[in-house]
Amino acid sequence: MFYREAGDFKTSYAADQSILSIKLDRYFVIGLIAFGVIVVPMIGNDYWLGSLLIPVLVLSIAALGLNILTGYAGQLSLGTGAFMATGAYMAYKVATNLAFLGAPVAIIIGGLSAAFAGVLFGLPSLRIKGFYLAVTTLAAQFFLLWLFTHVDWFVNYSISGVPSIPPMEFFGVLISGAEATTEARYLFVLGFAIILGLAARNLARCKMGRGWMAIRDMDIAAEIIGIDPLKAKLSAFAISSFYCGVAGALWAFCFINTVEPGAYDINRSFQILFMVIIGGLGSILGSFLGAAFIVLLPIFLNNAPQWIGLNLTSDVISHMEIMIFGALIVFFLIVEPHGLARLWQIAKEKLRRWPFPY
Amino acid sequence: MKLKALGMLAGAAAMSIASFAANAAELNVPSLVYRTGPYASGGIPLADGFADYFTMINERDGGIGGLKVKVEECETGYKTDRGVECYDRTKEGALVYGPYSTGIAYALIEKMTADKIPLLTMGYGRTTAADGTVFPYVFNFPSTYWNQATAIFNFMGGELGGMDQLKGKRVAYIYLDHPYGKEPIPTLDKLVEKYGFTYDKYPVAPASMTEQKSIWLQIRKTKPDYIVMWGWGAMRETAVKEATNIRYDMSKFIGNWWSAGEEVATPTGERAKGYRAATFNGVGMDYPLYDDMKKYVYDAGKASGDGSKAGTVLYNRAVVNAAYIHETIKLAQEMSGKADISGEDMQKAMEQLDLDAADVKAMGMTGLLPPVKVTCANHEGQNPAVLIQEWTGSEFKIVTDWIPADTAMTRPLIESDAAAYAKEQGITPRSCS
Amino acid sequence: MEFLYSIFVTPFVEMWTAPEFLAEVVLGGLMSGIMYSLVALGFVLIFKASGVFNFAQGVMVLFAALNFVGLIDAGLPIVVALIATILIMVALAFAIERVVLRNLVNQEHIILFMATIGIAYFLEGLGEMIWGGDVRPLNIGLPDDVWFVGDILIQQSEVFAAAVAGSLVIALSLFFQYTRTGRALRAVADDHQAALSVGIPLNHIWIVVWAVAGLVALVAGIMWGSKFWVQFSLSTIALKALPVLILGGFTSIPGAIIGGLIIGAGEKVAEVFWGAAYGGAIEEWFAYVLALIFLFFRPQGLFGEKIIERV
Repeated sequence: MFYREAGDFKTSYAADQSILSIKLDRYFVIGLIAFGVIVVPMIGNDYWLGSLLIPVLVLSIAALGLNILTGYAGQLSLGTGAFMATGAYMAYKVATNLAFLGAPVAIIIGGLSAAFAGVLFGLPSLRIKGFYLAVTTLAAQFFLLWLFTHVDWFVNYSISGVPSIPPMEFFGVLISGAEATTEARYLFVLGFAIILGLAARNLARCKMGRGWMAIRDMDIAAEIIGIDPLKAKLSAFAISSFYCGVAGALWAFCFINTVEPGAYDINRSFQILFMVIIGGLGSILGSFLGAAFIVLLPIFLNNAPQWIGLNLTSDVISHMEIMIFGALIVFFLIVEPHGLARLWQIAKEKLRRWPFPY
Repeated sequence: MKLKALGMLAGAAAMSIASFAANAAELNVPSLVYRTGPYASGGIPLADGFADYFTMINERDGGIGGLKVKVEECETGYKTDRGVECYDRTKEGALVYGPYSTGIAYALIEKMTADKIPLLTMGYGRTTAADGTVFPYVFNFPSTYWNQATAIFNFMGGELGGMDQLKGKRVAYIYLDHPYGKEPIPTLDKLVEKYGFTYDKYPVAPASMTEQKSIWLQIRKTKPDYIVMWGWGAMRETAVKEATNIRYDMSKFIGNWWSAGEEVATPTGERAKGYRAATFNGVGMDYPLYDDMKKYVYDAGKASGDGSKAGTVLYNRAVVNAAYIHETIKLAQEMSGKADISGEDMQKAMEQLDLDAADVKAMGMTGLLPPVKVTCANHEGQNPAVLIQEWTGSEFKIVTDWIPADTAMTRPLIESDAAAYAKEQGITPRSCS
Repeated sequence: MEFLYSIFVTPFVEMWTAPEFLAEVVLGGLMSGIMYSLVALGFVLIFKASGVFNFAQGVMVLFAALNFVGLIDAGLPIVVALIATILIMVALAFAIERVVLRNLVNQEHIILFMATIGIAYFLEGLGEMIWGGDVRPLNIGLPDDVWFVGDILIQQSEVFAAAVAGSLVIALSLFFQYTRTGRALRAVADDHQAALSVGIPLNHIWIVVWAVAGLVALVAGIMWGSKFWVQFSLSTIALKALPVLILGGFTSIPGAIIGGLIIGAGEKVAEVFWGAAYGGAIEEWFAYVLALIFLFFRPQGLFGEKIIERV
């Protein structure tokens, strides 16, 4: 009743091929974007925008990237953190040495560098599969981070290797540095998230995306029907790493304000893999839901005792936090191995039939 | 409609967090701690000491200027993003922060300057923040890593019988491969230029801090005259143990002040005898202050944590940190003429902080807390000296007098790096005259 | 030019001029490798029997060691503490099978892998909550000094660990070869379906495997714990075991040992002789790169089962 595809006729090819071909979906997404762009900055305070929503959006972009690689192309990767780092360090380098290019260009160049690194470390995927591949992507994780911390060129010879991001403007509004308002940073990140989210949705249903899915489902069969595994796998690595690189750069520019190796370590890679799995493999919406869940849950668990007036010491809280987090992950995997995106799908089906379920 | 309601709900929840912090009738001193994770062995005593000192102040004096001090702990796990989140969560009405993490400190410098809350990184963080003209809201008294490095080499020179004896010597520098461990390297390069020794760098990766075998194999081969360590977390204990394993002369092994805790040498015990470390605070509990701490905190059962850390080196350091903040709050209340001060008042007072020997005696902390004098331009104090302590097999004993740092060498370095930072960030240094 | 020189010439000159130092480095590396193998063994056991890539193995090492040292510090005699810890690990295996694995039968590998990371988080929090975040020395009388053979330094603890690892592998092979449970385990490893159809209870087998992996974790925990004390960073040794695994193959017990030896010796030699040219700490990634190179030639690891692909 609330959600209907019926009666939604298309009269042109363009309408039939649009990203969101169902009217309700379209309205919903437009409404959501409008809400995110207009309402959220008005009602959100510094803490909600700056410390919760910005990291959620940034990591959503990284999760989108990993979802392209793991969810669509079926290549398991534990090197996400390193590709994020590549984006961040290169974007910093461009932003400081070629400042006239501006922040968005710097971030995109960061993403492209990450894509290059991704292709390089994606080469073994042509021969190595499954968990073996996952462990080899750890080589990328450790090697790239080592490279950035040991070659001072990447950080402009800064002493401790943690350079601060210079203040940068986008159409006259500061979007990085401490003087930038939280709203500006939020909107900047949101802009990237929207564009990249829609792009990912489009990519997944074009020829390239179908090639990825064929490779994921059975690579030998895909090869036999004429999909070039070299092209499919490497393009997945490149695009995935581009997303991760952009996310890494945004993390540095719009969130923590420094380029810090610790922000891109192996735990970050696991965290993003979690987002993809909990959100739903092979789902764009799932990447956003997963990121929100994985980022907000620990912070919620950490805050919850205080909200309900429980006075626990900070160490007990954080032990509880990590235990409950682990338990909830297992719980979710058991209850809904296809992720939050699947729950959303079920909800849509329910809404379609309500109030007359069979 | 539903979503809007959700948004409202979220907004309301956010307000409620904010209102928790904004209870105006308290002095809000948030404490970013790490009682969990790989660095917890150092983080626990630091968190306990800080909390216990203010518990004592609240119990003994009823707070400061009639207002209770509220120490709200927030767990960072030594992770930068959680540190930033903690800061944003607790910053309403906060007076000062000290995250005990160089990574978090770096991430907070610009944010806190914009929010006008002082950041007191006592002996860690960004060394060049000692230049108050560029970093008005960042303080790192009583000393910085760079001055500490020069003081350690001054100590070696003294031991060898003159700085000229350093010529031709070989030093091994073992450090955590993290912003923190890299901080003193430019100073070491300067020292090499000046005194003509050589040094080898041995980074220890944070992901595998106990994996140091190849380092110690190399040290066995190169036989350095001294080893200097910039360690944190489990790498310190491991390094001390490995040094005893290869039979290195422990009295030539010098840790920096974060490698100075009991937890570094206790596991190796008797065999680590002679291990030395720099410090700037006293050891043990033999100070008048501890009578009050005992009376109002430990015996009253109000100690933070399990209470076993009292009197350890890092615990004492956190007490010193808290005492500096205490004195600054008092001064700020005096200067602003009101009890309920702001971060800005705090910053003004911190730039005027001047604790001489008599003041320290009045605090009951002679020998525990180094006297300090901060000015507008100089945020690391006028006396960036260190003490050297030695492990006797069961405890640390201070074995030297204050060893002065070579500020004539470090100050120009600090100023030039601060100027470079100001240029990159587009800051015009303020005038201090 | 100087850079190339430091890669292709200097290290070999160094090796040539100080052969006893090279011997010491190789020996030390082999010993470290054995320590990695001890952790890798636990991975192999579980992967072989249930196809689960158990990332929690590293945390299980920490958890076992924490319980053991905690019980000793609480005043229990060593033997009692040991038995109690074994019981805890068996109970843990039981709980994991009941709560997690049974509910995830037939799920994709990646889901199971993620579930073990969830378990790892849970155990990490639980262990720290009960026993605290302090560094705890573990002194149960294991040798902890060094020998000097000529000028070569040998750590007694590592020789002991090598002996333990050797006996563990022998014991495990005997167990797999000659006991009823062992035969059942091998059957399950070969083919779950076929094993089920001849009446082998899969659930019991999993409990047994996880319990054995728990015991291996305990042994590894005691070895690492008495060397570097029981502390949080023990959990990160899982990362050291991963390249050992890919090198040796996920399914081979001897592979875990030989992989460990190759990785251990390789990374130490690389760090000591080549590390300085690159600013040090290259062993962080060297093991992975070494494993990667091996994989190019044998995608299933040195001793892994040949991958047969059917469409």
